[in-house]
Amino acid sequence: MSDDRTFVIIGASQAGGWVAQTLRNEGFEGNVILLGEEPYLPYERPPLSKAALLGEVTVDSTYFWQADALEEAKIDVCLNTRVTAIDRDAKEVVTENGDRIAYDKLAITTGARVRKLPIDGADLPGVFYLRTMEDTLAIRDAVQEGATAMIVGGGWIGLECAATLTKLGCKSIVVEAADRLCGRAVTPEISDWMLKFHTGNDVDVRLSTGIEKFEGNGKLERAVLPGGDTIDCSIAVVGIGVIPNVELAQEAGLKIDNGIVVDECARTSDPDIVAAGDVTNHPNDLLGRRIRLESYENAQNQGIVAGKAMLDNTEPYSDIPWFWSDQFDANLQMIGLPQDWDETATRGDVESNEFVTFYLKSGVIDSAISVNNPRDLRVGKRLMQGQKQVTAAELEDPETKMQALLKR
Amino acid sequence: MSEIEYHPVAKTDEIPEEDVKGVFVGDEEIAVYNVEGEFFATHGICTHENVGLADGFVEGDLIECPLHSACFEIKTGKAVNPPAEIDLKTYPVKVEGDTIYVGIEK
Repeated sequence: MSDDRTFVIIGASQAGGWVAQTLRNEGFEGNVILLGEEPYLPYERPPLSKAALLGEVTVDSTYFWQADALEEAKIDVCLNTRVTAIDRDAKEVVTENGDRIAYDKLAITTGARVRKLPIDGADLPGVFYLRTMEDTLAIRDAVQEGATAMIVGGGWIGLECAATLTKLGCKSIVVEAADRLCGRAVTPEISDWMLKFHTGNDVDVRLSTGIEKFEGNGKLERAVLPGGDTIDCSIAVVGIGVIPNVELAQEAGLKIDNGIVVDECARTSDPDIVAAGDVTNHPNDLLGRRIRLESYENAQNQGIVAGKAMLDNTEPYSDIPWFWSDQFDANLQMIGLPQDWDETATRGDVESNEFVTFYLKSGVIDSAISVNNPRDLRVGKRLMQGQKQVTAAELEDPETKMQALLKR
Repeated sequence: MSEIEYHPVAKTDEIPEEDVKGVFVGDEEIAVYNVEGEFFATHGICTHENVGLADGFVEGDLIECPLHSACFEIKTGKAVNPPAEIDLKTYPVKVEGDTIYVGIEK
């Protein structure tokens, strides 16, 4: 049976890729058009600050789908294509060069863009942001062994970048405005661990510090600190957060509130439009509130739910948020969003960088952060999903077999 | 059809129930599992990215990759959830006495 419907996806991203993949996995035989403004096929972003920046992997290896697989799946991918408007009355999207593409169903997976540093000299060559493949390739091109790299922002991106640039032979200096690292995401004791860990790996971390301005003659040469001190540097990477790309949806009159507002099935306020990934504000049942997540897993799993919703197969999305980061030889993982807990249990050895810290509320795991211990974290996630009663003492006891706790 | 050669890889008491151990046969990285007292073997590297499954988490008859949560059926190698799309290779296993052998094509 043929299907003459056309489903359009704006944003050839990880979320957009999963929407397309899901449509085919679910047996949709109509047209799938994937519009991306970058020159690359949909790719996975995690390597951008790690293996791709190190030059250990090729651009192709980050592709979500290789070109032949896309062709086989009959996904019509239009790259270098910027969408400028969504005409909901005509059910068409309008591209930069005036083309109008009709849709029966539309998915918005436009992601987020970097927050710019509002200081003098931030536009000098040598000052970079890290969000896209283009950014990674540009930084890699600019990096020279022995260079001083100024990292603005001690969050996930800043710390990963500091680690990678150090591995590439740079002297990395991290300046963070807050009084601890990764403060919006992790707990104070994990921030302390991060500080010790990065300092121990020759990263110069300066907390409660900003950059007044960048200076240089035609290119970055130095950073000026608030007191007037200067630091010579030839490269700077700014990682101070992202802003969701809601403008298309907003101008089309969709409901917006720190992201495109969607329901648990990724549906927007227009029944023919879904949205997924970093750009959405969605309800999370397990947390009991609405959230906007910037994560790999969210882009993937909400993308899948959005693809299904386009086919009227509504499947509520509610995962425990999960993140990971690789910095030097440490793999950090986090489940839940630590905010409110009454007990802490650390299993393993913090000093040797192999542990997991659980945050408990009323005897149930509320969130957890692991360093080089993904396995115990996974079991913790299952315990959390099952709302199993556990005590801090048994979690901390190395004799406790974590999987045994699941059998309760 | 090529011939299968069995290689001793572990003792049965090295792999408790619902657990996994990483082993090498030559250059081939293999994960050996204990599912309810029965032993199985799959290729040791996740089909999504280069990550060792021996650091993963066994739940029932599933192995979950430690990095991105991809799950595979231990007995068949079937990829059951994203981001993995490609099935894992499986190997025949036999137990003689207390030794676990994995069969590799010659």
